[in-house]
Amino acid sequence: MSYLHTHLARVLALAGAHVALVALALIAAGAVALPLGVAAARRPRLGAWLLGGFGVVYTIPSLALLAVLVRFFGLGDGPVFIALVAYAQFMLVRNVVVGINGVDRAQIDAARGLGMSARQTLVRVELPQALGVMLGGVRVAAIAMIAIATLAGYVGGSGLGVLIFNGLTLHNQSMVVAGSLAIAALAILVDGGFRLLEARSFPGGRASA
Amino acid sequence: MNGGAALRFVAASARYPGADRDAIAEIDLDVAPGEFVVLLGPSGCGKSTLLRTVNRLVALARGRIELDGADVAATDPVTLRRGIGYAIQAVGLFAHMSVARNVAVVPSLLGWEPARIAARVDELLALVRLDPARYRDRFPRALSGGEAQRVGVARALAAEPRVLLMDEPFGAVDAIVRTELQRELIDIVARLGTTTLFVTHDVEEALRLADRLVVMRDGRIEGQGTVEELLEAPASPYVRALLRADDPIDRAYFEHARSALRGSR
Amino acid sequence: MWPDLLAHTLQHVKLALAALAVATTLGLPLGVLAATQPRVRGLLLSLTGVGRTLPSIAVLMLLLPVLGVGTAPAVAALALLAIPPIAINADVGIRGVPLAVLEAAGGLGMTATQRFARVVAPLAAPVAFAGIRTAATETIASATLATFVGAGGLGDDIVRGLQTGNPAPLYAGAVTVALLALAVELLGARIGRALEAP
Ligand SMILES: Nc1ncnc2c1ncn2[C@@H]1O[C@H](COP(=O)(O)OP(=O)(O)OP(=O)(O)O)[C@@H](O)[C@H]1O
Ligand SMILES: [Mg+2]
Repeated sequence: MSYLHTHLARVLALAGAHVALVALALIAAGAVALPLGVAAARRPRLGAWLLGGFGVVYTIPSLALLAVLVRFFGLGDGPVFIALVAYAQFMLVRNVVVGINGVDRAQIDAARGLGMSARQTLVRVELPQALGVMLGGVRVAAIAMIAIATLAGYVGGSGLGVLIFNGLTLHNQSMVVAGSLAIAALAILVDGGFRLLEARSFPGGRASA
Repeated sequence: MNGGAALRFVAASARYPGADRDAIAEIDLDVAPGEFVVLLGPSGCGKSTLLRTVNRLVALARGRIELDGADVAATDPVTLRRGIGYAIQAVGLFAHMSVARNVAVVPSLLGWEPARIAARVDELLALVRLDPARYRDRFPRALSGGEAQRVGVARALAAEPRVLLMDEPFGAVDAIVRTELQRELIDIVARLGTTTLFVTHDVEEALRLADRLVVMRDGRIEGQGTVEELLEAPASPYVRALLRADDPIDRAYFEHARSALRGSR
Repeated sequence: MWPDLLAHTLQHVKLALAALAVATTLGLPLGVLAATQPRVRGLLLSLTGVGRTLPSIAVLMLLLPVLGVGTAPAVAALALLAIPPIAINADVGIRGVPLAVLEAAGGLGMTATQRFARVVAPLAAPVAFAGIRTAATETIASATLATFVGAGGLGDDIVRGLQTGNPAPLYAGAVTVALLALAVELLGARIGRALEAP
């Protein structure tokens, strides 16, 4: 606890860097996952392949993947960013597929029958209704990414992991504890924030609620 | 106003992927502008499929369908569908949109002014016996089955389409409101001259509404004609049994109900 | 290097198995308890919520001052992380057993213990196993981080490779742990299917 008191500014700055890294990676990952998820929902065979492949990536322990990426891209936040984007795909794409497939067939039928184009049906009917499930995927991905981004502190990057790994090297236990607490708090905060968003994402109320 | 379109099926057949027989087969049917045609027949006989070939949700395998003489297969499906009202069996209200936005879907796709849309929404809700002030901002989840169906009907009517496809639109509505809605529907389509294809399982409803009845069985048309024609000379024993043409009490009742409903026409 | 790799692989597997054994021993009874006691379930659900959210590296590091470094603390931390999915799935599996089946079993004159052993447990097994499977995959992955608390495992090779800039142990460790994780995942899927089959 003592470290948190004496170095609050540093902890906050590192927390900011941690959040920035995860947020950027999340945006990039989402930009990749959304079109992939839509394509996967439209073509079940493509979907099976994509999710199978991303599932394999997702299973690889993060330190292992990150170490290999460091060999290719050098130390720093760069390889962490790539690892984060890669890990997030499984959770994001899966939830886009589940969300879109969860939309009631009759509504799709009505949308097409009333004269919405395929694109309008996607944007006006499917995606808005998949939003809750997709946000669930974003939440799970964000939590996992906050954890993985900790390793940035081990490979010369930024974020709260710096406290943990510097603390380990310096045998400064309160620094390690401060870093761990800050990461735990960050994860819980982000989880709560996304849960609030999810609860508000569906004005009509969810059928299963 | 804009008046209805002439609709013509020429040897139209359709088959679902993987099916071993046609869902509709060799359909020949002429519908005059403003005519109200009711499709009747057992479950799975192809009534919904027939409707869905008109707005190209189901593609024909053979034959063609003409709207005012133009082959629908040559029309852009999106443009085609915006001119055709469609109320489906499963209702399919958009769960994330309020009742008002559901009704407004086609007008807003067509780019109507917001004020015009708002006025139209209220007008339609009143028409289907839903108080606009109470129902406008509700979401589909908060509607009963019958209320949802009425919103679905309002949505189909919203842009005053020239052709109306209605697939058992009143199935879940109680008998009293149903009669009111039937009367309203008859009035609207008569006033606008809308050409209507209407599917029902309810023989009484069919006899009340139809200018012409089409009885289907196994994807084919088993008999068609005005109510009077079919009651006088049923095309087959099946049609006879379906319409209970032999039962004088039923007949008298149907004829009375029909004239009461359509007296204004 | 190869003897090292083999030793570390064994160490890694042992670490994960020990943690899983502890977590299963504690998690399954906890799940049974939760299925019968709504208060226990409430507590378990909120703990699970937090447990799923907390990064495992943070848990590992927070236990460091309490338990110190080495194998035992690593096993304790990994087990702690693995208990929630196991317990929750056991609870869900048990509560998923249809009431009618339970009544039928009672009608056949089974005692409560017989009912649990012969009816409830087999019916709940597939769902309960799914929890163990999730825990196993996560534990194998998290065990890589045990190197940071001095508990060895394949993380050691990766870390050594990173520190010395020597790619051989890095790749060897990374590939081995990735294959290990995939193998556990596939094996889990297989057993899961087999349990659901009959
Ligand atoms: N999407 C589909 N894919 C494959 N077969 C279908 C599909 N939709 C309908 N069918 C089949 O086509 C036939 C006609 O179905 P259709 O829905 O047109 O019947 P219907 O007359 O509307 O029946 P109901 O009165 O029960 O609504 C049935 O045999 C049905 O099983
Ligand atoms: Mg039908």
